[in-house]
Amino acid sequence: MLDTSNRTEEIMKSVAIIGGGVAGMEAAARLSKCGHAVTIIERNEQLGGRLNQWHALFPARKPALPLLMSLKQGISDGVNVIINAHITGIEKNEDGFAIMLNKNRVVTANTLLLTTGFDIFEAERKEEYGYGIYDNVITSVDLEQVFRSGKPIQTAGGKTPKRIGFVHCVGSRDEKAGNLHCSKVCCVTAVKQAIEVKEMLPSSEVFLYYMDLRMFGRHFEELYKEAQFKHSIQFIRARLSEAFENPDGSLQIRIEDTLLAKPLKMSLDMLVLMVGIQPPKKAGNILDMLKLERDTDGFVLQEDQYVSPFKTKIPGLYCAGGVTGPKTIEETLTEARAVAAEISEYLGRRRINYAGQEQYVMEL
Amino acid sequence: MKFDLFVLPFTLGVIFLLGYLGYKYATWFRGLNKSDRSKVISGFFSVRLFRAVNEIIMESLLHRNIFRRNRLLGFMHMSLAFGWFLLIAIGNLESRVYEPTSMNLPYVPIFFKFFNANPDAFPLHRVFSFTMDLLLLLVLGGVALAFLKRFFSKAYGMKRTTRLMLGDRLALTTLWLIFPLRLLAESFTSAVYGGGDFLTGTFGSFLGSFLPAANLYYPAWWAYSLSLGVFFLALPFSRYMHIPTEVVLILSRHFGLAEHAERTPFTEVEINSCSRCGVCLDACQLSFAGGVQNIQSTYQLKSIRYNSIQPTESFGCNMCGRCDNVCPVGIDISGIRMITRNELNGKVPDVSFAEQSMPHAHKSDVIYFAGCMTHQTPSIKKAMVSLLETAGVNYWFMDEWGGLCCGRPMMLAGHKAQADIMIEKNRKLIIESGARILVTSCPICYKVFAKEYNLNIRVMHHTQYLLELAESHKIRPGHLAGNAVYHDPCELSRDIKVYEEPRKLLGKMVQVKSNEFEKDNALCCGNSLANLSADNDIRRKVTEDAYIKMNASGSQYLVTSCPMCKKAFEKVADVEVKDIAELVVRSMQKSRSPVKASGLKVAHPVEVIAG
Repeated sequence: MLDTSNRTEEIMKSVAIIGGGVAGMEAAARLSKCGHAVTIIERNEQLGGRLNQWHALFPARKPALPLLMSLKQGISDGVNVIINAHITGIEKNEDGFAIMLNKNRVVTANTLLLTTGFDIFEAERKEEYGYGIYDNVITSVDLEQVFRSGKPIQTAGGKTPKRIGFVHCVGSRDEKAGNLHCSKVCCVTAVKQAIEVKEMLPSSEVFLYYMDLRMFGRHFEELYKEAQFKHSIQFIRARLSEAFENPDGSLQIRIEDTLLAKPLKMSLDMLVLMVGIQPPKKAGNILDMLKLERDTDGFVLQEDQYVSPFKTKIPGLYCAGGVTGPKTIEETLTEARAVAAEISEYLGRRRINYAGQEQYVMEL
Repeated sequence: MKFDLFVLPFTLGVIFLLGYLGYKYATWFRGLNKSDRSKVISGFFSVRLFRAVNEIIMESLLHRNIFRRNRLLGFMHMSLAFGWFLLIAIGNLESRVYEPTSMNLPYVPIFFKFFNANPDAFPLHRVFSFTMDLLLLLVLGGVALAFLKRFFSKAYGMKRTTRLMLGDRLALTTLWLIFPLRLLAESFTSAVYGGGDFLTGTFGSFLGSFLPAANLYYPAWWAYSLSLGVFFLALPFSRYMHIPTEVVLILSRHFGLAEHAERTPFTEVEINSCSRCGVCLDACQLSFAGGVQNIQSTYQLKSIRYNSIQPTESFGCNMCGRCDNVCPVGIDISGIRMITRNELNGKVPDVSFAEQSMPHAHKSDVIYFAGCMTHQTPSIKKAMVSLLETAGVNYWFMDEWGGLCCGRPMMLAGHKAQADIMIEKNRKLIIESGARILVTSCPICYKVFAKEYNLNIRVMHHTQYLLELAESHKIRPGHLAGNAVYHDPCELSRDIKVYEEPRKLLGKMVQVKSNEFEKDNALCCGNSLANLSADNDIRRKVTEDAYIKMNASGSQYLVTSCPMCKKAFEKVADVEVKDIAELVVRSMQKSRSPVKASGLKVAHPVEVIAG
């Protein structure tokens, strides 16, 4: 618990960060280095957020673990971390924020940074794809877990799959699912995962069913080329209509090839759903406690997309990372650094204001 | 002979109207096909005529159906229609009593007071005078109510009222003027010559006290006659064409005429029978929840009548049938919409796939046809297969690996001919299988199987079939905690009315909570296949509104029996949304009944008999 009894000076420039994922950890490290008292409030047992679920990162396919270690290293000194925290209430007062936690704990801070991240689309909602109904339909998150486990890729029946399909845009760019936005990272993730599957199972056939391929980032296009020319991964511009389960547990899928404008049937041993990123629901109560406005896509509304992307309507409250939309890890880290600088600036001004002086001094 | 020049506008108007109607109705009659024509002819000489006349009195004059809906609205229509009818009838009687011998032309009773300004000499004068004044008051009351309805439609149980066209405005204005002008003409006359009763007499002496009645009474009769004449002239081109045509409609219906797949003269009769009362507007979910105000039935019928129908008007409807259900005239609105869609269908789709994708028929007792939408909700399919296996039914899963769609979506899209190709293909397979029962999980398929396939076997929706299996103890649904709200899918409601079986089956498992919006008043889930132009935003608004109205929040389950409805409500519900088949499987697992619900197994055909 944060002991605030004899640290009056620090309280005046303290930061609470809700959400100890990539954005929260990086921002905490930077703010801590600037001399602020930083507290990370994390819902789970451990820090790291979504990074814990991932094996290797696009585009270079670097393992996720070293990045996680480096982020943890950054906050190892001087950052107060509260895990298994459940927020019961947040109050805004003249000095900043009071965050009430379970076990009657209270964290007070001058500024509050929300890095609560995003939700993964629940694949069950696309019932026609059969997730949760057919054993050999999995999500991209499930597949990453297989990679992490180091075990071989197997069907539910314990066989080595020969034909594996990846469906793009599951719950993204899908009006019926209520998500109009593009989740941004799944296209390149599918390419990455397809290559990984192909490397593990060189004799398998791998198909990607895409709506559009959005290879916007640096080195993404190279990865896509590699998938086609080196690994003979087949890219089919198609939308999946529905999946059927054969008596042996394998799958039959019905797709519409949108280039040929023809319906097709294909059989597969395994189907991977590239589940999208959607606005946070679990963090919803925190956003509601703060009465934060949502943008049209459901993510948190920024004060201004260009001028003040991390600010909200509430002074002293900042947002960064997935809570304001789908982002790559690279972008999230950049945002974390930028928001740390902005918060430092805010706290610096604030202290001077307290002292009643006229000039503004930045504490960077 | 009694005559004055001012009777001419009225007389010419009547001659024109009768001539026009005679010509129109004769043309329609000639356009009927042979069998429909003989139905009409034989109908005139049967007991059906009496039933029709009874309905004409109850509906065209008394407006019973509108009374049931809202008393004020009913009174308005009744006082106008029945009051006017009595004015004409008793006016005729009156003029015949006074002039039994002379030639009594049609205009004489209408302008009776002009030609018999003070008939004090007649013994029944007081009675007739009083009655005619009373009836005039009744009709004037109706006119006043109609006038007020334009401003306070809510009091008449209507949130919305129809928009008027030019012909309507002319007819409406003259119609509203007819009776006040009659009042003026009769009152001025009584001010000059005496006579008149509590209404015209009193009003006459009041007007006479400050107006030169002697100079005004003659122009007033002219104005009265003109308003009648103009009204009769405008009537065939306005919505008031419904007044004479509704009589024809009721007769035709009693003689056994109905909508066909194509437009017939009966369609014209129906279209011209719409009074544009606007009752259908308030029943329409797309109107009150979706914010769509241009596709409603009354507008559609109007557009068809004036040949200005746009595809969006026709295709932007959910075809839930709620308007059919409330139409006081009983027009087969959905039937007409299907005809229009067929006329507007545009690019004809290629159905050559029907040649390739057919499975082979398998001998079995029962056919299970999941339907395309059930394939999109595999949990329902899985539940049904498990229940059929558990019950030990000898069945053939006809569309297990594909095959053809039932054809109804094609019909709804206005491609009847292409749908017929698919229907014929499926029909052949169904007959070849020798099955006695055809079970489907999709209400859309159920409707087309039941109505268009002409099968000599039982066609059942799975709600009905599962109840039979439960009642013969082939499956044993168990108890589940909590209660459920049952949502009637449109395709099982109003038109087909599968209401009791699902509730009985559901009642075996949970307590069923009823609500106002069920059965005939059931709401569309918003996800209708029939709507080819509504976007997701409109659909979602309809879904959300329907979910709130059914008041399922706080129950354990919202249960439905249509894959489309299930998908729609899942998006907005804060309770579990289940198909009834899924709930049966769950109840059997929970109750650990001796018959175990198995996983997904595939029934193997007994015999391959085709191709």
